[in-house]
Amino acid sequence: MTVAAARRLENGAVCFVGIGLPSAAANLARLTHAPDVVLIYESGTIGARPEVLPLSIGDGELAETATAVVPLPEVFAYWLQGGRIDVGFLGAAQIDPFGNLNTTVVGDYRRPRTRLPGAGGAPEIAAHAKQTFVVLKQSPRTFVPELDFRTTVGFLDGGGSRSRTGMPGGGPRVVITDLGILTPADGTERLRLVARYGNVAVEEARAATGWPLETADPVEVVAPPTDEELRVLRDLHERTRRAHARPAPPPAYEGP
Amino acid sequence: MPGPGLKEAIAAHVRDGQTLALEGFTHLIPFAAAHEILRQGRRELHLVRMTPDLVYDQMIGAGCARALTFSWGGNPGVGSLHRLRDAVENGWPRPLAITEHSHAGMAAAYTAGASNLPFGVLRGYAGTDLVRVNDQVRSVTCPYTGETLATVPALRPDVTILHAQRADRRGNVLLSGIVGAQKEAAFAARALLVTVEEVVDDLDAPMNAVVLPRQVVTAVACVPGGAWPSYAQGHYPRDNAFYRGWDRVSRDRDSFDRWMGKHVLGTSDHAGFLRSVRAEAIPAGA
Repeated sequence: MTVAAARRLENGAVCFVGIGLPSAAANLARLTHAPDVVLIYESGTIGARPEVLPLSIGDGELAETATAVVPLPEVFAYWLQGGRIDVGFLGAAQIDPFGNLNTTVVGDYRRPRTRLPGAGGAPEIAAHAKQTFVVLKQSPRTFVPELDFRTTVGFLDGGGSRSRTGMPGGGPRVVITDLGILTPADGTERLRLVARYGNVAVEEARAATGWPLETADPVEVVAPPTDEELRVLRDLHERTRRAHARPAPPPAYEGP
Repeated sequence: MPGPGLKEAIAAHVRDGQTLALEGFTHLIPFAAAHEILRQGRRELHLVRMTPDLVYDQMIGAGCARALTFSWGGNPGVGSLHRLRDAVENGWPRPLAITEHSHAGMAAAYTAGASNLPFGVLRGYAGTDLVRVNDQVRSVTCPYTGETLATVPALRPDVTILHAQRADRRGNVLLSGIVGAQKEAAFAARALLVTVEEVVDDLDAPMNAVVLPRQVVTAVACVPGGAWPSYAQGHYPRDNAFYRGWDRVSRDRDSFDRWMGKHVLGTSDHAGFLRSVRAEAIPAGA
């Protein structure tokens, strides 16, 4: 999944990165086929090149390796709203057939069953990026016919409804999951399966989708990861695991 | 220098019922100040922060907040903020009124507050359910182009509290590294309290550095380590292991209460807190 997502990122793209799977994919791309990709995190780090994956959106290594560290209002106004982001890379808890996303609540907003973290940068990333990629695991719990809460707009109700609102960005052009890849169909803008991994049957993807899943004809098979991609990814995760487990005990204060 | 300065600053400037912004976007989070607010028993607070982080998870779990304004409430890279969720899902330890935005919205709101404008304007929120649950998000028609833009009311905290690398003896403050919306939150507030790693004779700030001049600063207190377990660029790293360990400590109400009682309420200042956490045989992050 991470490799498939990484491959979508073109070299030289300016990419606004969400934490988690998007960050792993974006950094894998930078370490393999896209060394000139410019990674931007909402903490204001422009062109970050971390050795390990950041645990948080504002880890110190992002600042240390960045070309520039700018205030957060600047990153959202001049870079994102200013239309300078080629790709917005997002995760989500729920996605619907039109690529709208939920990261806010499961259940009713006033009395939620599960309170999720919330919007963060996602709504404006999805509104302004020239295109967004969404990466998440596929199951009937995540791929739902109707979101409990629409945090982030994809194609709204489809059929051009997003573009009629005048929203500037291009919307979710690719959704990468652990089963395959989906893209919006021309006209309806409904997500449909266009590719699967070699060990995944189309039926499996259908069963993991909470709505009747449309498929391309034919559904392509995603080329397996190369040895090099796997090596780089495993090294990255191993370095990251060690770094995140390393305690940084409170600085010692010796007294007045 | 550390300790007493912070005690006095909180005692003098932070009152029950106020709107407080303890800002720092992952970096320079003012944990020392937050803990001192808890030690002094402040209540009924309206807490404002883009990302509540562990600092507000602790304050909310301790019961001192009546309301929260925020834009993303998770434990970064780890999962949920359990005390925040308990307050929202179960009203524990007390009901919490939430006002929810996006990061871009809060950035615009702080900027408006800093600029003495009544609202911030942005291209955002359209088509999201945030508009349905937050009636503070409205819209305006551009008087020049006729297009519709989203508006958010200016954020104007009673007190903004920050942590920074250093201040000079006259009260000018230097921040470096990830600065988030700290400068905007500072200028938007009626009073600004800053804890710093060190106080120096000469600030020695690069020309375009983020400096909060003394005219904006109400009080400075020297509190080394004042951002731990968050970090101060150039001083100490973020304790990612602690953040991961917080998931376990805070998941259970009793475990949370015990940890807070022992390390925060049971110590008299930030130096004591740091010693107390270091002294635990297995650090919370292990």
